[in-house]
Amino acid sequence: MSAAPTPTSSSLEPLIEFRGISKTYGQGQAAFLALSGIHLGIRQGEFLAIMGPSGSGKSTAMNILGCLDAPSEGEFLFQGVHVERLGRNQRALLRRHYLGFVFQGFNLLARTSAQENVELPLLYRGESALKRHTAAREALARVGLSGWERHTPAELSGGQQQRVAIARAIVTQPLVLLADEPTGNLDSHRSHEIMELLVQLNREQGITVLMVTHEPDMASYASRIVHFVDGEIASDTEQEVRTCS
Amino acid sequence: MFINAILLALREIRRNLMRSFLTILGIVIGVAAVITMVTLGNGATRMVGEQIASLGSNLLILRPGQRMGPAAFGAPNFRLADAEAIRAQVSALKAVAPMVSSGAPLVAGNNNWSSTVTGATNDYFVAGNWKIAAGRTFSEDEQHAGRAVCVIGATIQSKLFGHQNPVGAELRVKNFSCRIVGLLTSKGQGAMGMDQDDVVVMPLRTAQRRLTGNPQDVSVILLSMRDDAAPEQIMPQIRKLMRERRKIADNDDDNFNLMDTRQIAEILSGTIGTITTLLGAVAAVSLLVGGIGIMNIMLVSVTERTREIGIRLAIGALEHEVLLQFLIEAVALSAFGGIVGILFALVSCLGLSALMNMPFEFQPGINLISFAFSALIGVLFGYMPARRAARLDPIEALRHE
Repeated sequence: MSAAPTPTSSSLEPLIEFRGISKTYGQGQAAFLALSGIHLGIRQGEFLAIMGPSGSGKSTAMNILGCLDAPSEGEFLFQGVHVERLGRNQRALLRRHYLGFVFQGFNLLARTSAQENVELPLLYRGESALKRHTAAREALARVGLSGWERHTPAELSGGQQQRVAIARAIVTQPLVLLADEPTGNLDSHRSHEIMELLVQLNREQGITVLMVTHEPDMASYASRIVHFVDGEIASDTEQEVRTCS
Repeated sequence: MFINAILLALREIRRNLMRSFLTILGIVIGVAAVITMVTLGNGATRMVGEQIASLGSNLLILRPGQRMGPAAFGAPNFRLADAEAIRAQVSALKAVAPMVSSGAPLVAGNNNWSSTVTGATNDYFVAGNWKIAAGRTFSEDEQHAGRAVCVIGATIQSKLFGHQNPVGAELRVKNFSCRIVGLLTSKGQGAMGMDQDDVVVMPLRTAQRRLTGNPQDVSVILLSMRDDAAPEQIMPQIRKLMRERRKIADNDDDNFNLMDTRQIAEILSGTIGTITTLLGAVAAVSLLVGGIGIMNIMLVSVTERTREIGIRLAIGALEHEVLLQFLIEAVALSAFGGIVGILFALVSCLGLSALMNMPFEFQPGINLISFAFSALIGVLFGYMPARRAARLDPIEALRHE
């Protein structure tokens, strides 16, 4: 197995940097410019909320940030590594080693216990069964789901499922946690619980959190809010971090 | 890595037990059919070989008439002198046994039975590979004088005497009484399904006088070759002699036929072999159909699990890891189907060979080949769906409903 590209860490350099990133879908007449020449730098330990109306390019930006998609133009540096030059499998290795994902629809494997769901990323890392087991239990404990290891997603509430998803994302101790509308399918009480969990992970584990949301209430937990409009950054504001209740 | 892929695949199969079972059913039936056909076919070949061998070692059968079969209408019988001539002129023969036969009712005590009575010399027992289980063969005097004595087969014994020792007992054949002097060792079923033990043998002269009524004619001559003899040399010699003695003109066909039992065995084995191959091939087609079934289910599975594949890719699964997972799933399914098929075949072979009175022999070769073939089918038919899964775009796959 080829090793993941090893980024060279430097505290002065931003962890993630977009340099004139554009993304075009389709060709010729039907071409659609989703992102046009974005510049964005994200430092380690930030809690960034990406906001904007649908079609503003925030999902496209998130896909590129998550190394799921390649930009059409521009440079994307992750710890100094030019991600735009990497192939599909190399980007997969970046995801495997440095990123964790939380989705709106939870995206857990059905008919699979919480424990096994959380173990999944470790399986691809080739960890031993014992290590997988203990790490998954720890991750589940960290999201407050001790004792729920044997339950399948169907037996868990929406909030609990999202916690399992967060446990799966952090079980590999990633540098960056990408959350795409993590509270989109949850009621407001559960939403705040999830947000507090994310803030806690950001603060205590130093995980950089990138979150797409359209709810200002959720965005208020972030340390920085970036607004996308028509494929461009309309505003980029840092704010006081909301204290957890 | 590889072990992980196997683990993932097995987990997936376990998660969908019912569907997995239905998927492998085609392979199970295919493998079971192939193995059963080939095993039974080989058993039949072996059985025919054994039965022909039990007719007699290196046996030639000389009959009147052009073709083999029971009837020889039109063609004259052989004379006793023909047998003498063969004995005198053809070397490399171990035994020359002229014989006559006639159907006759048999009575002993309160039991009766209808069978074929054979008149023959002691050479008959040599040529026919018969062993004496009890008593003796005919004495010189009995053969010469045509005494009313006989040797009986195991079937006659069980039909007329039960468990009693028949040697020394009287057997009524048609209208005369005959003393049993010997009992033959059982040979079992013959090549065409007839009972070889349903036999009464008496001296040739006795049968000629009392049953067929003609003291010179013989209907069949059995010739047993020595082990070192070459039938391709002996047979033309005998044929030439018989044509001379029966005064057949050069451009006329033979009015007798000479068969080599080994040749019959080869022909029969060849035929059974062809049928076995044919049935095996038909069964192999069903194996292929089973493979298509697996491909079908794997394709459905890939579509159904698009989102799951998206999750795996997002988490950092590489293309070849997803490919391997689905490929191993297909191979594990088909290989498991192969194993179940082998067990099914074992059961059906045991049952069918018992039903058809055939010897059963476990043949590791065909079992291994069938298993390997079923696994190969998993690779062939699993590859396309697996590649489709591996090439999915993670973003599209995650959006899939």
